[in-house]
Amino acid sequence: MTAAREDVLGRIRTALGAEPRVIEIPRDYVVASSLQRDEQVERFAERAAEYRATVWRCSETDVAAAVGAALAEHGARRLVTPSDLPADWRPAGIEWLEDGQGLGVEALDASDGVVTGCAMAIADTGTIVMDAGERQGRRALTLLPDLHVCVVRSSQVVGTVPEAIRRLGEAVRTGRRPVTFISGPSATSDIELNRVEGVHGPRRLEIVLASR
Amino acid sequence: MSDKGFPAAAREALANTQQRRNLGHATRTIRAKRAAVVGEVADWEALRDAGAAIKASAMARLPELLEQLEASVLAAGGQVHWARDGAEANAILTGIVKAHGATEVVKVKSLASDEIEMNEALAAEGITAQETDLAELIVQLGDDEQSHILVPAIHRNRAEIRELFRRTLDDAGDLSDDPAELAEAARRHLRKRFLSARVGVSGANFAVADTGTICVVESEGNGRMCTTLPDVLVTVMGIEKVVPAFEDLEVMLQLLPRSSTGERMNPYTSLWTGTTDGDGPSEFHLVLLDGGRTDVLADPHGRDALHCIRCSACLNVCPVYERTGGHAYDSVYPGPIGAILTPQLAGLREGRTLPWASSLCGACYEVCPVKIDIPSMLVHLRGRIVRDAAEHGGVRGRLSGERLAMQGLARAFGSRRRYEAAQKAGRVGQWPLARGAGNIEHAPGPLHAWTAFRDLRAVPGEAFRDWWRTRSS
Repeated sequence: MTAAREDVLGRIRTALGAEPRVIEIPRDYVVASSLQRDEQVERFAERAAEYRATVWRCSETDVAAAVGAALAEHGARRLVTPSDLPADWRPAGIEWLEDGQGLGVEALDASDGVVTGCAMAIADTGTIVMDAGERQGRRALTLLPDLHVCVVRSSQVVGTVPEAIRRLGEAVRTGRRPVTFISGPSATSDIELNRVEGVHGPRRLEIVLASR
Repeated sequence: MSDKGFPAAAREALANTQQRRNLGHATRTIRAKRAAVVGEVADWEALRDAGAAIKASAMARLPELLEQLEASVLAAGGQVHWARDGAEANAILTGIVKAHGATEVVKVKSLASDEIEMNEALAAEGITAQETDLAELIVQLGDDEQSHILVPAIHRNRAEIRELFRRTLDDAGDLSDDPAELAEAARRHLRKRFLSARVGVSGANFAVADTGTICVVESEGNGRMCTTLPDVLVTVMGIEKVVPAFEDLEVMLQLLPRSSTGERMNPYTSLWTGTTDGDGPSEFHLVLLDGGRTDVLADPHGRDALHCIRCSACLNVCPVYERTGGHAYDSVYPGPIGAILTPQLAGLREGRTLPWASSLCGACYEVCPVKIDIPSMLVHLRGRIVRDAAEHGGVRGRLSGERLAMQGLARAFGSRRRYEAAQKAGRVGQWPLARGAGNIEHAPGPLHAWTAFRDLRAVPGEAFRDWWRTRSS
């Protein structure tokens, strides 16, 4: 094993030769979005919808009602949730399956869906970003249920991919937290390169976008 | 690899009209999608410059970055293995699977694993590798070969896939050829396998040296399944996949999806750093594979082929690929990138005809998100292969014919007397061959190889020199 390591590293050093090349990385690309805050939120809503996520707009005081409406759309009653999902995000009349690590894959699979928050959202790409932080739970929660209702507060929307990556650096460097980018429901282009929504991940993604 | 070579394989592929229709349709669709989403990015060229430099910088600092990656992964609770070649990588993987008493692994699409024939190696040890990507599943169920980097079953249309699924899937029932219904059938078929799998296997799109983070980019959710549900995760990656810093992902995650599936962002991107308590696998192994990459790195004019991020944009724009499809390349890596990567990874022992599978039109270079100058590299490799053939005495077939012809031409062009004599001889000798507008479509002898792929312009009745002489006298 050690022999393979030394061999591979040795071969690379020989291949590269004695003179080290120093290569500057030009970073002339856009980092900060040129859009205003409210334009970024609009763009996020627009682009998430283009990838067949349904976007529900509401005020931050009305999240529970919007979540309830999204769930009713699918007749979902038994919902998985990370245990720290705020009480005022939870509509009445729902059977909550709290994940205190106790939920097995079969239980997740058999549920009607999952309700979570997110770490941030990216306007340019219509992406929600999960980093296993507050209100998100572990990765399997948003993977096995067929419906994912995700609450995004408008203050969580960033403009560009670089803005998102730079914020995530912290979560990854210090917390080593796993990160998932979600852009629309699961999809495939494998049949004649046509995009078809719904393969292994949740087939329906409902985004509740809450503004102040 | 068969020894047929590209020209013969291409001729067969061109005769398959169904496949040509499927490919034409698919590549037209994806080209339009890519053009639209690339067109809306004002700083696309700046991103390409950054992407090219990130990869070049990673290659220049490769030993240091791999050591840093190793240290980062170890610090995050993972284990790191090194493999000189595919056999070593497969042996490491097999060892891990057996240590956990598993007889099946679930796999997310990985070209590195195809390259080292991982599925066959596992099967030889009694372990079933279950492909979970829809296209890979189609290929696996049909006992077929991949024909595209991104969409390995691009040569199949929906009707063919329906037939295959009806024949092979668990409870496929009365399936229609609606792609959504076909995807649903794959979902049902694989779900119980995901839920019970103990070992997952993946490749890596990027591996970040400074944090030890592995990045897998996908669409279906099968990648998330394979990398989060099993207890044990093994990632086998080529050593060229390393990038220096976490922030480099901000460039790559813009370049890759837009170039690849023509989307602003692919549905799922997973980033994990070692293991996390209570979330995902409790054991993570990273296998770093050389597999000929250091040979590629040793050629300063060929090494940029290692910058490839496997987006497949170059396949979709290539006029040769669009017509012949992927099988003619007889490699895990078809298309323009395959034409430069395949022979180099095999130390010029395989894929020797591939650098000629191009008209050098340059479309591949134009769309490459990391600006690999594929046309120049094709020319460079043609030279290497011709020289290698001459040096090692294996002068035969097409290459030797071309070599003789080129030597003859060099002699003819080397002196005025010989050049004019050759013109005269050509004018007399060509009359049974030249047709219509004066093109020779089938030349005899050593020139045959040339005219097998292109017409040769006939020598005109009066040469410019003769005309000039009479005009000025």
